[in-house]
Amino acid sequence: MTRATPDDSNKSFHAEDLVCIRGERLVFSGLSFEVGAGTATLLRGPNGAGKSSLLRLVAGLLRPAAGQLRWGSESVDRDREAHRRKVRYVGHLDAIKPVLSVGENLAAWAGIYGGRAADAPVASALDTMGLSGLADLPARFLSAGQRRRLNLARLLLDPGTLWLLDEPTVSLDSDSVNRLEQAIKHHLAAGGSALIATHTDLHLENAAVLALAPARPAIDADA
Amino acid sequence: MREFWSLVRRDLLLARRQGGAATSVAIFFILTVTLFPLGVGPESALLGRIASGVIWVAALLATMLSLDRVYQSDLEDGSLDVIAMAPMPLELVALAKTLAHWLTTGLLLVVLSPLLGVLMQLDTAAFGPLVLAMALGTPALSLLGSIGAALTVSVRRGGVLLSLLVIPFYIPVLIFGVGAVDAAVDGISARPHLLILGAILLFSLVISPLASAAALRLNLE
Repeated sequence: MTRATPDDSNKSFHAEDLVCIRGERLVFSGLSFEVGAGTATLLRGPNGAGKSSLLRLVAGLLRPAAGQLRWGSESVDRDREAHRRKVRYVGHLDAIKPVLSVGENLAAWAGIYGGRAADAPVASALDTMGLSGLADLPARFLSAGQRRRLNLARLLLDPGTLWLLDEPTVSLDSDSVNRLEQAIKHHLAAGGSALIATHTDLHLENAAVLALAPARPAIDADA
Repeated sequence: MREFWSLVRRDLLLARRQGGAATSVAIFFILTVTLFPLGVGPESALLGRIASGVIWVAALLATMLSLDRVYQSDLEDGSLDVIAMAPMPLELVALAKTLAHWLTTGLLLVVLSPLLGVLMQLDTAAFGPLVLAMALGTPALSLLGSIGAALTVSVRRGGVLLSLLVIPFYIPVLIFGVGAVDAAVDGISARPHLLILGAILLFSLVISPLASAAALRLNLE
């Protein structure tokens, strides 16, 4: 496993004593982990164990009830915009507008992400995900697997540092799962990292596993 | 700033592709105003008297009808998550989406209002103040409406709730918008009313992005 060198210490992501409460229910508590540069961590756990909540929490879309998120020694709260530049989140929903073409969907995201993504070639991202012939097709004609691939192509515009993938293999065929594995390996080789919630086996060498315990019942008043 | 304009362009492209949205607001505005000559009769003195109020109330309702699509479709298909993670503050996101909303609805209302003034036998002296007041008032309507739209974004069929939330905030715009036109009809200066409308616009320009972003953060959780 690659150890983070002091130079890219702010590339390794740390979570400490995270507590997540959803709807007055304790989802998990005291969760600590590290995702170093060049490594992937697979999130495992039964349904409702808080995999999606943890990813949204790391993405900054949810606030932890307690605990800390850090890049190296720098707290995420100190510069949330820098954090957003580093993380890329792909959730359950595909974030695709059916009225736009495949290319326009991706180009819209490229523009909104700005920076490197704004100049990224949309065509090559589509090509990597095997959608190259479909750029002009309105997205409403895409199959579920193609929609997922289009959403994953968003990652390739500007890879950022930490990929947060929530069940990325859902509705993908085996060929597309291979493409995704290649894309993740490429990202890791370039010094990126990934936190992936999945039930299928992704063939990633040296991937750490973070197991989340089943969710607990409602919080006791005296707990 | 590039990201900001990219988001505005995306929303405008979506509005154009989805079609109908902007057109239906314009048609609703025209039809509502057209009902009044049919309802109260074609006497030009009466119509001219109520013209300013009718046009403003119709503009308020037309704006409100289109508010639910500012954030809701983006929340439903997960786009709002992606937009919220873009490298710009959520306040700017709210402002960009509100600007796109105004460009596709409020701007049309400004352009159409003198035509409806003709239909309602409005005094010719009042056309200038009407257009100016609409130009200052409709962006404020979009901005204030954005707060309501953000608060009700995760409420299914939240249209009625949205109206209840937003109407009280629209009353000052209505009062001074109508006041500007009536002043011109009565031959006095519309300037004080227009200045207050300008102040309301500046006030909502500050409050709206902050409040909308706070409401969106709650709804993303």
